[in-house]
Amino acid sequence: MGKTIMSVDDSVSVRQMVSFTLKEAGYDVVEAEDGKDALAKLKGSAVNMIITDLNMPNMDGIEFIKNVRADSALKFIPIVMLTTESQDSKKQEGKAAGATGWIVKPFKPDQLMTVVKKVLG
Amino acid sequence: MDKHAEVFKEEAYEHLAEIETALLELEETPDDTDLIDCVFRSMHTIKGSGSMFGFDDIAAFTHEVETVLDFVREGKIGITKQLIDLTLLARDHIRVMLDAYEGGEPADEQTTKQLIDSFRSLIPEGERKEEGSGSDSSPSPAAAKEETATFRIQFCPHTDVFGKGANPILLLNELRELGSSRVVAYTEAIPELEELDPESCYARWDIFLTTSKGVDAIKDVFIFAEDDCDITIDAIDVLSEGDPDKEKEYKKLGEILLERGEITEEELQMTLSGQKKIGEILLDAGLVNEEKIESALTEQEHVKEQREKKKSVESATSVRVASEKLDQLIDLVGELVTAQAGLSQTASRKQDPELVLISEGIERLTAELRDNTMSIRMLPIGTTFSKFRRLVRDLSGELNKEIEMSTEGAETELDKTLIERLNDPMVHLIRNSIDHGIEIPEEREAAGKPRQGTIYLSAVHSGAEVLITIKDDGKGLDKEKILKKAVERGLASPNAELSDKEIFSLILMPGFSTSDTVTKVSGRGVGMDVVKRSIDSLRGSIDISSEMGTGTTITLKLPLTLAIIEGLLIEIKNEYFILPLSAVEECVEFTQKDRAKANGKRLLNVRGEIVPYINLREQFMVEGELPEIEQVVISTVHGFRVGFVVDQVIGEHQTVIKSLGRAYKEVEGVSGATTLGDGTVALILDAPKLLQLVEQKEESLSLA
Repeated sequence: MGKTIMSVDDSVSVRQMVSFTLKEAGYDVVEAEDGKDALAKLKGSAVNMIITDLNMPNMDGIEFIKNVRADSALKFIPIVMLTTESQDSKKQEGKAAGATGWIVKPFKPDQLMTVVKKVLG
Repeated sequence: MDKHAEVFKEEAYEHLAEIETALLELEETPDDTDLIDCVFRSMHTIKGSGSMFGFDDIAAFTHEVETVLDFVREGKIGITKQLIDLTLLARDHIRVMLDAYEGGEPADEQTTKQLIDSFRSLIPEGERKEEGSGSDSSPSPAAAKEETATFRIQFCPHTDVFGKGANPILLLNELRELGSSRVVAYTEAIPELEELDPESCYARWDIFLTTSKGVDAIKDVFIFAEDDCDITIDAIDVLSEGDPDKEKEYKKLGEILLERGEITEEELQMTLSGQKKIGEILLDAGLVNEEKIESALTEQEHVKEQREKKKSVESATSVRVASEKLDQLIDLVGELVTAQAGLSQTASRKQDPELVLISEGIERLTAELRDNTMSIRMLPIGTTFSKFRRLVRDLSGELNKEIEMSTEGAETELDKTLIERLNDPMVHLIRNSIDHGIEIPEEREAAGKPRQGTIYLSAVHSGAEVLITIKDDGKGLDKEKILKKAVERGLASPNAELSDKEIFSLILMPGFSTSDTVTKVSGRGVGMDVVKRSIDSLRGSIDISSEMGTGTTITLKLPLTLAIIEGLLIEIKNEYFILPLSAVEECVEFTQKDRAKANGKRLLNVRGEIVPYINLREQFMVEGELPEIEQVVISTVHGFRVGFVVDQVIGEHQTVIKSLGRAYKEVEGVSGATTLGDGTVALILDAPKLLQLVEQKEESLSLA
């Protein structure tokens, strides 16, 4: 049965590209535009994995990851963060907040799928 | 990617507008940190998205601006009129660069350089660092090394590893994919049930892996989990190409434990002088525990096995067995599986603990026996691949083309029947590649390709399936031509919006051929749909992807065995049926109200999506009252979501398929039958065929 992945990013173009790639591979996708939106949507649908940007308005990625890990219903969901190479320190912050893994922007669709397979099986 | 580029451009213009507004406001209120964040974020998004969709010049330039803005955010650079002016200029420049993509004047190189220099000069002295390229990249496939080596990997996840969303099993699976391996689990740290915290990980593992992919590939597996686990990787045996006589026996158990530091030299010597087997003695003396011995023994066995495998590749001991005897054996095993299912059911119903224990034991043995017998029928696909070499050679010669065949995964094993039945479809697909795909050498040269074309065959296991790929670097499929031909022949509606995958799948429909000339080899439009039917009958699927000028890739996905099916057991008025699980997505409830809502059309609203459904009671002409609440099983058939309405969904059921026998061969919609644990017969439904039948019926009704 299909798995659902949540894509959180304030950039519409990135969200679209991630959604498109994941849907082509057979996953269902829930989109959110920032941490706050994502948390609200997590209450509504069961999600097997989260891919999130770090820089977002209203609630940024790090804050969002902390909130997810604090919720007992969500704390074991694998979370992958999107980082840019100039944000290496953010990567450490993200891991400390509870992120499972990361993907560096820019990335190609098959790099995304490699990480999804790694973290979701 | 074009449509993403469009969205990016729109988005970028919006961000640029926001940046301008924010900067002007910032000039009035330089202390407003929200505004600074806003400008930074917009620049960051333009940079990130720009690099994703190919706008590298914009990304590189914006990066310089973003770096400075980051320092502003941290308070290391103050907001001055100069900064605001410069940032506004930069914003304008980015806009010019964007406009250039819309057909405007290209941006001036000098201006770009000047602006970048100005920004760089704003960076405070102590913060200037070398612009190194990001050293961390996302996990990517590691380069394959030639040498096969055996590694001992000690994998100990920290107790809180689950809290990072990590799953050690997935890591073990990834390791297993790198080569042949054995895994030993250490359970010593797992506390009693009362003290056990289900959110913590207490287990650790030793993995012995023989792989040709090198130690980097192993490290890559753990790339995310590095900080949350203790990992040690040691090379323990390198299977070199050397003289087998020179190879001494692998380390003895005592040596291995000594090497690992589990025992001392003295302890080893002391115990060696005893009579019992060293493992027992060490255990008795309390010097090591059982698990450590098991792990060391496993290491020893694994390496011995790998070495033997290498030596005996040619001289494998084998026995010839008549096919019928094998078939009989499989039948018997199938019966055993069914009988055992009945035993399990009865045992759990009677709730007799002794019986349950025995029945579980039998269940384990039966499963092993089943897997074992299935594997007897498995043959490596390599021989089939080799046959094709001849075909490629002869055919390419006939057509005056230069074509080479390369293969991967020849050792992948498939069920014997599967291999036989795959032969014809694969021949057809390869012929197509050679005939219609790969161009003549002159054409290829003119297109900048090497004279010699390549047909690439590969076979690989993926979960419970096997994927066979036929790839060529020829001229690819012409989407437009295919769509046109399909519309001409009434196979597709002219207004339909089809994805690339769907367009390519059109060539699999009967009566389709875009070949202008019919050669004696192919092009008569009879081949591809026959291929599709063959693959369908094997319960597999075909995926076609292609790029004009670059080539075409056809992927065949097939279940590992034809004899066993994973299905969903459903019930309609006390009759049982099975729907193959591979197609099933979800089940939803279906009440009288839902039925009424659709106004006579058989449509269902599932989370905002319209899904057509087939009422199986109607189809099978089952009489009687409808139950209050029915269930709809939603499947994907040929890429479309369709629902099947049933009375009850019982659950997942793995079982042996029996064919219906000659008398029922012509029955459509049912692909076989199976017996349930208590002896009841359940029919296995053929979802695609059912869908087709219903569609045909509706069409004929509407024409009448």
